[in-house]
Amino acid sequence: MAASVVKMSADRSVSTPMLHAEMTGVTRIYAAKGKTPGVHALGPVDLALRQGEFFSVVGPSGCGKSTLLDVLAGLSSPTEGKVVFEGAPVTGSVPPGIGVVFQENAAFPWLSVKDNIAFGLRREGTDPAEVERRVGYALGFMGLEDFAAAYPSQLSGGMRQRVCIARTLVMQPRLILLDEPFGALDAQTRLLMGDELLKLWRETGATVMLITHALDEAAMLSDRIAVMSARPGRIMEELETGWPKERDSRIASEDHFGQITSRLWKRLREESIKATARGGA
Amino acid sequence: MSRAGTIRLLFVVLCVGALEAACRGGLISPQFVIPPSVMAAHLWQLLIDGTITADIVETLSNVLMAVILAVSVGFVCGAVLHSLPRLRRAVDPFLATYYAVPFFAFYPLLIVIFGLNALPIVTIGFLFGVVAMIISTINGLDRIPPVLLKTASVLGMGPVRTALMIKLPSAAPHLFTGTKLAIAYSFIGVIAAEFIMSSSGLGYSIAYAFNSFDNRTMYALMLFIILLVTLINAVLYMWEQAIMQRRGS
Amino acid sequence: MRQILDSLLLVLALALVWQGLYWLAGDLALASPAQTFARAAELLATPSFWRHASETFLALGYALLIAVTAGMGIGLALGMHRLSGEVAEPVLVSLYSLPKITLYPVILLLFGLGISAKIALGVIHGIIPIIIFSMGAVRAIAPVYFKTARVLRLSRGQLVRTVIVPAAIPELVSGLRVGFSLTLLGVLIGEMFASQRGLGYLVMKSIGTLDVPTMMAVIVMLALVAVLISSLLLYLDHRLHRRAL
Repeated sequence: MAASVVKMSADRSVSTPMLHAEMTGVTRIYAAKGKTPGVHALGPVDLALRQGEFFSVVGPSGCGKSTLLDVLAGLSSPTEGKVVFEGAPVTGSVPPGIGVVFQENAAFPWLSVKDNIAFGLRREGTDPAEVERRVGYALGFMGLEDFAAAYPSQLSGGMRQRVCIARTLVMQPRLILLDEPFGALDAQTRLLMGDELLKLWRETGATVMLITHALDEAAMLSDRIAVMSARPGRIMEELETGWPKERDSRIASEDHFGQITSRLWKRLREESIKATARGGA
Repeated sequence: MSRAGTIRLLFVVLCVGALEAACRGGLISPQFVIPPSVMAAHLWQLLIDGTITADIVETLSNVLMAVILAVSVGFVCGAVLHSLPRLRRAVDPFLATYYAVPFFAFYPLLIVIFGLNALPIVTIGFLFGVVAMIISTINGLDRIPPVLLKTASVLGMGPVRTALMIKLPSAAPHLFTGTKLAIAYSFIGVIAAEFIMSSSGLGYSIAYAFNSFDNRTMYALMLFIILLVTLINAVLYMWEQAIMQRRGS
Repeated sequence: MRQILDSLLLVLALALVWQGLYWLAGDLALASPAQTFARAAELLATPSFWRHASETFLALGYALLIAVTAGMGIGLALGMHRLSGEVAEPVLVSLYSLPKITLYPVILLLFGLGISAKIALGVIHGIIPIIIFSMGAVRAIAPVYFKTARVLRLSRGQLVRTVIVPAAIPELVSGLRVGFSLTLLGVLIGEMFASQRGLGYLVMKSIGTLDVPTMMAVIVMLALVAVLISSLLLYLDHRLHRRAL
């Protein structure tokens, strides 16, 4: 099933952008286990992430967005189809160069903020001076300098999520996957974190894929947005926003922003009504 | 049966089989351990000819007494402590360290006080079980979602109806856990007390058989206790599963 | 502060109840609090008491060492391997509620009279709750920690050392607290029947000679030490649990 592609701006087609990660014909079916019946969670999905873009996936809850991310990251294997990252197939483990930020609080409560951020580097045996340099930079970048010695339990939810982002950042990933990273935060904090994320994306040059259920978040942050159907999740539509690279949360007041969100909402509303009719949410 | 259940059964059968083979093959001397089949056969014999019926009845009635006392007194104490926060805070450290006190050491003292009858045995069983029940009761009452109590007052329910229709069902899983622990602990307490110093009951009979080098009776009785404990656990487990399934957790 | 005062008041109340019981039951059954503490002070000044005490605590130390290392090792392994855990759990629960004192003849046949029988009895009492708690500790670890470990591509050893053990520590301490109490119980039971030395033996001997003050003094001192160690572990337990969210 080919997803329709919608361009929300004049075609500024340049040379074909380089492919960074790709999914072809990916499905994920959870086998029946005892009394629980099997679940067809995802797909088939075709997806191509371009080098350096900011890509978002929106969809109704339970549509398999997180499964999509897990499969792309190599955290779970597809039932069918294949996943390729930087030209090499992804099978059963997370390839180097991919970083993931989760919705749940994944900061280790037994480590200080600084040790949390340095955690991955130290396990890799990175030179201590280099660890110090990168952690120092990440602390500064995420505005955590004053909390380096604090423990996660002393921080707010937003600050804890900054710690997790910094922990990913220091590993210098070329592809950053974010699974509803701001889902547990309040609306104002979400906006500010969105700005931070854009800054991080521009500064690192990494490809970013954001999973979210918040349409405004996707509309404001992304170059491209994929809209997923209810379970089993398929990509119904891909939409190019046409935002300039230099952007921040203030674009939310532009007319173009309204056009994007209403377009997204139209597709999702149809889909939710269909899902409800089938006995879903 | 689930996969884990099948493996568990196989594992137990394999262990028993290995013990049987080791005993029969002369690897383990019969002075030390007798083959499981002999244990079972002798237990069957003892059950049929009624030799141990009186001991079983006595032990089980002691356990029953201890459990009834532990659960009822434990529930009342737990509810009272929960409603008196100041007393509760004072008692808390004692509850938490209660099981560190070696109670069997008090048992001889109880005999001196009560005399050599069932009372010290039931008391030990009760002392073992009661605090588990108190702690579980307090936990259960602590974890009633405040919104349920708000709902009760919005509906204009009085304290008695709130207790019976909201608090009790809401705390039920914890009360069940408490009862389960009280049964296990009282059982341990009663058997141990009988074992240490008594003139009847299963615990005493094991000690007696041991002292008179009657390995067959000793192992038969041990097997009986193991089977009994497994049976009680299995029944409680299935009951708990049924409750949990209805609550969808 | 008020809480400590209240707890002390409670201790005072218990002592009054004790005194009351003494007046009721008389010299033959009970020693008064004053007699008990006087006897305790005398005992503390005799070298033979310290020989018994050191024997008990030596056995306890060995038993704890075995129960804790083996129990945590087995528990962590069962917690990490889902199927093994499911297979083992009901068996462990049955073993936990089994009156292990009935196994004492077997232990005696295996180890003979002496310190090894006491240690073995301590171990079989203490190891089961430690296994159960450790297994539960691993199962309760947030799945996102395991995901994070996979994204950071930790090796199995790194996963255990740097994620599983630190994440499980609060629960491991809870298990240690329960395990400590039961190990002590097991060692004392061993001493009451299978030994000529140790505090458990001292209690049994004083019962035999109707020496009520000695019996009570030893029991009270044992209880005090047990409560003290347990309180320390409880304090640690609370601190560690507060750290985790």
